[in-house]
Amino acid sequence: MTTFLLRRIALIVPTLFFVSLLIFGLQQLLPGDPAMALAGEDRDPSVIAFLREKYHLDQPLPVRYALWIGGVVQGDLGESIRIKRPVLDLIAEKLPVTGELALMALLIALAIGVPAGILAAVKNGTPIDYAASMAALWGLSIPNFWLGILLILFFSVELGLLPASGFVSPGESLKQNLLTLIMPAFVLGNAIAAVMMRHTRSAMLQVLSADFVRTARAKGLPEIRVILRHALRNALIPVVTLGALEFGQLLSGAVLTEQVFTIPGFGKLIVDAVFNRDYAVVQGVVLFTAFAYILLNLVTDIAYVVLNPRLRT
Amino acid sequence: MTAQTLERLPAQEAIGEPPWLRALRRLVKRRAAMIGLSVVVFFILLAAAAPLVSPYDPLATSWAMVRKAPSAAHPFGTDEIGRDVLARIIWGSRASLLAGLVSVMLALAVGVPIGLVSGYAGGILDGTVMRIIDAMLAIPFLILAIALAAFLGPSLTNAMIAIGITQMPIFARLTRGQVLSVKHEDYVEAARAVGNPQYRIVLRHIFPNIVPPLLVQATLATAAAIIAEASLSFLGLGQQPPNPSWGSMLNVAKNFMAQAPWMAIWPGLAIFSLVLSLNLFGDGLRDALDPRRE
Repeated sequence: MTTFLLRRIALIVPTLFFVSLLIFGLQQLLPGDPAMALAGEDRDPSVIAFLREKYHLDQPLPVRYALWIGGVVQGDLGESIRIKRPVLDLIAEKLPVTGELALMALLIALAIGVPAGILAAVKNGTPIDYAASMAALWGLSIPNFWLGILLILFFSVELGLLPASGFVSPGESLKQNLLTLIMPAFVLGNAIAAVMMRHTRSAMLQVLSADFVRTARAKGLPEIRVILRHALRNALIPVVTLGALEFGQLLSGAVLTEQVFTIPGFGKLIVDAVFNRDYAVVQGVVLFTAFAYILLNLVTDIAYVVLNPRLRT
Repeated sequence: MTAQTLERLPAQEAIGEPPWLRALRRLVKRRAAMIGLSVVVFFILLAAAAPLVSPYDPLATSWAMVRKAPSAAHPFGTDEIGRDVLARIIWGSRASLLAGLVSVMLALAVGVPIGLVSGYAGGILDGTVMRIIDAMLAIPFLILAIALAAFLGPSLTNAMIAIGITQMPIFARLTRGQVLSVKHEDYVEAARAVGNPQYRIVLRHIFPNIVPPLLVQATLATAAAIIAEASLSFLGLGQQPPNPSWGSMLNVAKNFMAQAPWMAIWPGLAIFSLVLSLNLFGDGLRDALDPRRE
């Protein structure tokens, strides 16, 4: 177990190094002089001179990388050229909004995906199974920004039941907060629900044919108890750990969902930064996302080993 | 039971039948996959014949026809500057299909050789390459594509490059995994024992045997690339106006949802049906190529 942990943590170091190289390298893709590109449309000579000095653009690449990563390690992700604020502050400000949206989406995905997966596995080969599988394929194929537009058309434009856009913080009004987030959270959770349904179905199918389930049935336990107490508990381990890995999909989806519903979160931050040519913010957001993903991956792997006694040797 | 199996065998799977023919026969039997394939072929034909079948010029504006609801003259309605939505959907299929094909070809062309070399060579090279692949996979697909498109500049070509680069690690990892699983098989050892050079072992003996999973992944990746192109165009980072693309049509449509809902319905439906069809075909192909499934 300790060897596994140490090995797993050691593997993160080179991955983080290459992530940082990749993100640092993004800046090199800018055509022409980076200082000119970073300065935006105004091309103010004083701003260009300031940027050249700030980003050490007159230094060789390895030196620039070392200086940049040195700052990153100390929590300095750079400064937004447009808003003139540290990138880390901007991320910290937007993260709770996207965090709430992602959490709600994950809950919706679990609430739809897991029961649908159980039902499909228990009714394997029946029309219910096919219907659930088709629904999952539907969820995976529908572009979430289009689903968002359709929901706005129906629930906001036609029925006038839900607000079409905007965000109200839970501190201000919890009811309004939930009303503004329910549609975006459903849109975001939809694709994840499809993935969860597929995982739950295949894990349940595997577990349902296992010896311990047969024993539980042979003892004369009611079927519902066999499914929920014996099979599901074992099938959920891979589902929950795999669910955590959907974090990337959740963030990618959040970018589009926040754009459709005009939610001032993490996704909108990166899109606005792209259009404002605020490259430090783009780099900072990508770096933060990758770091969070790698960390979550580590926690998931550890959780998987802790939850699964067979791997604990 | 043995007698039954023996009786069924020649009827179900002709002995000596080439594997590709068996896979094709099994694929044709899958109705959902065939429906998917038909829709994909329909869109390919539509894109190829766009100049012939498009009822109007997709760029022609008309101030007299701004946001007109669907009618006999304009079956899908018109957009915010009077362009025919059907014509733009037909021409927009070119951007989607091109993005799907080009980016997946790019991902295959870079990812497969990396996976082949890394898996076959092993050692430090494999370890280093896999850490780089892990690093690329650590950044969510769309976020990396947005960042690349942002730094490269917004255009359809750059969107395709960005999508290709972000899909590359998936192919590299899949290829490597497949190489690892076959490189100690008897036929590879035999090829090595008779003195074949390494490049020949990889290209002639290993590669043909790992094509099926790559083919399935390429089909599913095309669906993902089409959604990714639509997403980037929706965000304004793909196809630039006035050229039509389904994603950019939706980007404009979201501003006119109350006044012209048809502007949002058709492009989305086009993306959805093409992606669903590719996924149906990909799933069918996977089942047809997997000897364990029947």
